Amino acid sequence: MSEIIQSSAPVIQYPSLEKNSLDIREFKNIFLTIMVWGIAIMASIPLFSVISMLIIEGGARIDFAALTEIPPAGFEMGGGFGNAIIGTLVMVGIASLISIPFGIMAALHLAILDPNSKVATVSRFLAKVLTGFPSILAGIFVYGVIVITTGTYSAWAGGVALAVLMLPTVTLAAEEAMKQVPQRMKDAAFGMGCTRTQVIMKVVLPTGLPGILTGVILAVAGAAGESAPLLFTALFSNYYMAELAEPTASLSILIYNFSGMPFDNQIELAWSASLVLVVLVLLFNILARLVGRSKFKE
Amino acid sequence: MVHDPFKQASSARTLSAPPSANDYMKDIVFRAFAYFCASAIILLVVYIVFEIGSEALPAIKTHGLGFITGTTWDANKGEFGVLPEIWGTLYSALIALVIGGVFGVGIAIFLTQSFVHAKLELVFRTTIELLAAIPSVVYGLWGIYVLIPLLRPGALWLHETFDWVPLFSTELSGPGLAPAALVLAIMILPTVAAISVDAFKRIPYRVKEAAYGMGATKWEVILKVMLPTASSGILAGLVLGFGRALGETMALAMLIGNVNNISFSLFSPANTLASLLASTFPEAGDIEVQALMYAALVLLVITFIVNVAGLAIQQYTMRKFEGKK
Repeated sequence: MSEIIQSSAPVIQYPSLEKNSLDIREFKNIFLTIMVWGIAIMASIPLFSVISMLIIEGGARIDFAALTEIPPAGFEMGGGFGNAIIGTLVMVGIASLISIPFGIMAALHLAILDPNSKVATVSRFLAKVLTGFPSILAGIFVYGVIVITTGTYSAWAGGVALAVLMLPTVTLAAEEAMKQVPQRMKDAAFGMGCTRTQVIMKVVLPTGLPGILTGVILAVAGAAGESAPLLFTALFSNYYMAELAEPTASLSILIYNFSGMPFDNQIELAWSASLVLVVLVLLFNILARLVGRSKFKE
Repeated sequence: MVHDPFKQASSARTLSAPPSANDYMKDIVFRAFAYFCASAIILLVVYIVFEIGSEALPAIKTHGLGFITGTTWDANKGEFGVLPEIWGTLYSALIALVIGGVFGVGIAIFLTQSFVHAKLELVFRTTIELLAAIPSVVYGLWGIYVLIPLLRPGALWLHETFDWVPLFSTELSGPGLAPAALVLAIMILPTVAAISVDAFKRIPYRVKEAAYGMGATKWEVILKVMLPTASSGILAGLVLGFGRALGETMALAMLIGNVNNISFSLFSPANTLASLLASTFPEAGDIEVQALMYAALVLLVITFIVNVAGLAIQQYTMRKFEGKK
């Protein structure tokens, strides 16, 4: 910036246009720059603190037993959270099976088939509202609809509650990705006499795939970390799941339950379960970034 | 025989064949299904509101509006009131918004106003984005075993030195508002930062050039030109961040102490609507569940209003800038 000012100062009788480092404006500049650097660095501290704690506290207890055994009760030593890992994966799987097809189909309607219709406008707006919804309300909703009706807490109910949370995220991300598909590609396909379905299947979906996948993976990562909606839909269980229609353990609920316990063993397990959960979530995040990046390299 | 590309092309089976009747059928079914899925989102929201509303109906009939102004939650006496929870929800979200807002906007300025090299910028951007990826329970666990012990000496000193200030009027004896609000601030920071970054990037480059051309310093440009221009977008980010903070459950349930208490003190335990639901629901009897459904409805209404307001501001901003192109 200073070069620009200097080079445009040919006349001498004007006030000095050179940067004066004792000027109050310059002081303000330096002060605020330091402030904003400080803010950026301070904001990064929590992430590093969380991750280092997870590695130190969680890494200390991570072994084959912790990953495979069932949770210990009370004063018992040892134990693990194998059933919770399975439970989380199963419920996220159920949620994905429900929300991904629905979300992508809804996104097709919003992005391609009828973007400006009333249904699309309202649905897009409500999807945005739904992303800001407290996740616990999804749990309460599913408790009312499924748990009360079937009379039991179940992996199904947990999966559906997660699906309610994933649906708007998947829809909005997929819509955004589909909008990036150049109009002329669609025009070319329509010009060849394709039906709208053919355009979608052969042009829009293949071209938008990296973007759609990024959105989907991020939604899956978010669902894996959720706990509030599982609290009274899947509840918890101390055993490996035998069927889908019974209370099911999950990593996040295990962390919640164990964090408040007065036993060191449980607290250690809560840390290692957190480590597993965060590694899972971060892996998904990195995967999403890699998939999303390949879009620009092509 | 002479090679004839036209003949070859006309006999090849390519996409240029007209869609068959089968294709048209598939098209109709496919589009109908897409239409159904888009409307399913609308139905889902309506169903959620209807379901929670109808579950809450008995409690609404019994307690009426007194539920919102009542201050006791006692399942044995059948007395239910959520004023302390509403207070705790709004107060904790507000503190989180002040902290998260300053940091979020600061980071947005840092990332968009060319303070760092593009590569380092990417590092910071990724760090902030990953903050949003850490699950809420993990923040709760971190809060219990790292943040609370870290805050206690400072909180004790503040309480002893400034105990006449309402903010510091009680001791931090473990869980409380301050650690909860701090974790909340960390959790909404990425939302505020992402939307503010968007708002800054939307400003045409020539606006900044014009300000520099008049001899403004870097920070004069940021504070007097960029910030006001991006203000509506930043406001949208703040409101949506506030909405996030209102509904956050697990970290708060683990850190806030779950005590029905209306106090200005940062160090006293409190309660929020969402953490009331999380901590009370699993052991609640029928009557209490109805009351909890009523509490859920209150939470639903509050977050709905805040989110719609945030989205409305966001859409207004987008329209403003798209119109000016």
